[in-house]
Amino acid sequence: MELSGAEILIKCLQAEKVEYVFGYPGGAVLFIYDELFKQNKVKHVLVRHEQGATHAADGYSRSSRKVGVALVTSGPGVTNAVTGIATAYMDSIPMVIISGQVPTHAIGLDAFQECDAVGITRPCVKHNFLVKDVKDLAITMKKAFYLATTGRPGPVLVDIPKDVTVAKCKFEYPETISMRSYNPVIKGHPGQIKKAAQLLIEAKRPMIYAGGGVILSDAAPQLTKLVRMLGFPCTNTLMGLGGFPATDKHFVGMLGMHGTYEANMAMQHCDVLVAIGARFDDRVIGDPAHFGQVPRKIIHIDIDPSSISKRVKVDVPIVGHVPDVLDDLIKLIEAGKQRPEPKAISAWWAQIDLWKTKDCLRYDRKSKIIKPQFVLEKLYEITKGDAFITSDVGQHQMWAAQFYKFDKPRRWINSGGLGTMGFGLPAAMGAQMANPGATVACVTGEASFQMCIQELSTCKQYRLPIKVVNLNNRYMGMVRQWQQFFHGNRYSESYMDALPDFVKLAESYGHVGMRIEKPADVEPALKEAFKRTDELVFMDFMTDQTENVYPMVGGGKGLTEMILAEEL
Amino acid sequence: MRHIISILLENEAGALSRVSGLFSARGYNIESLTVAPTEDASLSRMTIVTSGSGDVIEQITKQLNKLVEVVKVVDLFEAPHIERELMLIKVRAGAKERDDMKRMSDIFRGRIIDVSEDTFTIELTGTGQKLDAFIEALGRTAILETARTGASGISRGQRVLRI
Repeated sequence: MELSGAEILIKCLQAEKVEYVFGYPGGAVLFIYDELFKQNKVKHVLVRHEQGATHAADGYSRSSRKVGVALVTSGPGVTNAVTGIATAYMDSIPMVIISGQVPTHAIGLDAFQECDAVGITRPCVKHNFLVKDVKDLAITMKKAFYLATTGRPGPVLVDIPKDVTVAKCKFEYPETISMRSYNPVIKGHPGQIKKAAQLLIEAKRPMIYAGGGVILSDAAPQLTKLVRMLGFPCTNTLMGLGGFPATDKHFVGMLGMHGTYEANMAMQHCDVLVAIGARFDDRVIGDPAHFGQVPRKIIHIDIDPSSISKRVKVDVPIVGHVPDVLDDLIKLIEAGKQRPEPKAISAWWAQIDLWKTKDCLRYDRKSKIIKPQFVLEKLYEITKGDAFITSDVGQHQMWAAQFYKFDKPRRWINSGGLGTMGFGLPAAMGAQMANPGATVACVTGEASFQMCIQELSTCKQYRLPIKVVNLNNRYMGMVRQWQQFFHGNRYSESYMDALPDFVKLAESYGHVGMRIEKPADVEPALKEAFKRTDELVFMDFMTDQTENVYPMVGGGKGLTEMILAEEL
Repeated sequence: MRHIISILLENEAGALSRVSGLFSARGYNIESLTVAPTEDASLSRMTIVTSGSGDVIEQITKQLNKLVEVVKVVDLFEAPHIERELMLIKVRAGAKERDDMKRMSDIFRGRIIDVSEDTFTIELTGTGQKLDAFIEALGRTAILETARTGASGISRGQRVLRI
C-alpha cells in the first residue's frame, strides 16, 4: 500500500518512538498536521512562537536523553526557529527539526513564505536535508535521527516541500543505517589510554575538568567512579554541572569566568589536567596564552577530534565515546598496582583548602534588600536539590550555577554556548513534559523572561506546573555589571523601564503570581509556591539592583586574574 | 604556509556549500577550490589550496572530516605530490605579434587551440607559478582574457586517495 509523504513522516516519528512534537502549523505543513490529527501516538504541543518550539524540544532532550522534535512551517516558521536551532547546536543537543517548504516546483521563485531553510540553517546544524522526492523521505528521517544522536550529538533539520507531503510511495522504515562518510569513533586508542593512566598515577597536582560531554554521553557514573578512586579534585564547566555530584568532597565548584576561586586556581596550577567532554572555551579558561604560562600535561578525552587542540594544545588526545574511554581507563588503573602518591595528593588538597578559605561566593546575608544568591540558596533547600532547574542568560544564570548544588546529571538546563535569553521558560516546558510529576523551576530575570513570555499561554494549555523564579533587578544585570566594571558606570540601555506588573501578567494567563519584596518573605513564598504542585507560579523577587556576580574573570583575561567581591 | 587539501565527498547538492561555508565561517583562507565528480559518479573530488600555520591546517582537516558528506580528507603536503593547473588565455595576435606569440607559447609548452584574425587562445598547464610566469612574460597589454581552473593535485607513487 502506498502512503502519502505526510503519513510516512508520522510513521517515521512513531517508529522512532517520538512522544512529543513541539510545533506551530502553517501553510506548508498542513498535510502533516492533518496526519497528526488522525493519530494519537505522537502528541503535538502547540507553542506560541517557533523559538519556543525549538527551546522546548531542546529542554525535553536535555532533561530526558531523548531526541527533541520540533515541527515548523516554511519561511518565518524556519527563521523563527533558527535561534533555538543554533542554541542546540552550540550545546550539542540531539534534535530533529522538521520544516515545511514551498512545493518543489516553486522553490527558487520567491514563493510566498519561501526561504532557503537548508541554506539559512547550514552553519548551525550538525546536518540538514531537503527532501525532494517522497521515496527519500523515510531513509532521510532515519538518517536524521541517527545523525542527531550519534557521535557528537546535534540538531538535524529536514526540510520537506509541500508536494512531497502529498506524493505517495511505499513505506519502509530501515531498521539500521550506515553511512560511508560518517563513522563516529567509540573506543579510545588503548595506547593513549595507557599513557593517560601513567600520567594520572604520576601526578602531583592533578585536576579533573569535565564538561557537557559527560552529561550528553551519560558518563556521570564513570566520572564519579574515576574521581573517587583517585581522590583527585574535580571541577565542572557550566555545561557539565551535575556530571559530578556537587556535594561530594572532591568537587571544587564550577570553573571559568564566574567559577570559584579554588577551581580556577587549581585549574591554572595543576601539573596534570584531564579534560573530559569539555572544550577549553573562552568562558572557561580565559586567555589561552595566560593559561599556557604554567607547564602542565593535558589529557583530553572527547568524541569530537576538532575539539582537541583547538584553543589549547594537548599532550594526550583520546578520541572516543566518554563512558567507554573512562571505563577502559578505570579498568587499566584498577588492574595495575601503582597509585598516585598520597603525600603529594594531600599536599595538593591542603593548597586547595587554603584557596577555599577565600570564601569566594560569600555575600551580604544581613542585607535588607533581597540578595539574589539568598533566593537561590533557599530554592536549593526547599527543592532538596532535586529539581530540574532551567535558566535564562545573565547574572541569574551564574548565581543558579554557583548556588544550586547539582548532584545529578540533566538537572541543570541552560544555554551555555550561544547564551540565548528567552531559553528558560520554553526549556522548562520541555523538561516538564519529559518528566511529568517532577519539580521544574525556571530561574530567570525580568529581561530574559520577556523574550519568550508568550509561552506562559502554552503552559496554561498543557497545565505545566512550572515554578518561575524571577530575579527582578530592573536591569539587564550582566550587561549592567560589565558596564560598571569596564565602561565607567555608563549604564547604556541596560535599565529595564516600563516593566509589566508580572503578578497581574501571570494571573491574566491563568497562573498564580506572587511578588516578594523582603528577605524574610523569600522562604515562605518559595514554600507556598512549591506546595502548589498543579499550578504554574510566577514569583517576582525584587532583588538588589547593585549586586554583582563574583568571582569574575574579565573578557580576555587570564583565568587567575579574578575580580573578587572584597577587591571593589 | 601553503597547503593543498584533497577531499573526497558525496556528490550531492549542497556539499560544496558546506565546505565553502565552513571556510568562510571559521575564517580560513581559500586560494583556489576545484571540484568535479570522480570515476565513481557518487563521489566528488575537491582540491583546496589554502594557507595557514600547522595548527590551522590541523583544524581545517578536522573540521572538514566532521562534515557529514565528507568521506576522506588528505593534506597532499604530507608527502611528495604533483600539482597542476590549467589556464586558457586569449591574447592579442595581429599580424605584427603573431610570430612572437607562437614562440612564447612554444617556450612555455602551451598549445594554441583557437585562432582568429587578431587573437590566439592558448592552453597551458603547469604549476600556478608557471602560469604566473607566462602571464608575466606576455605582459598585461597582450592579454585579452584568462580563465584558470585553480590547482588540482595528486600524491606521487603508491599513495592513493580513494574509499
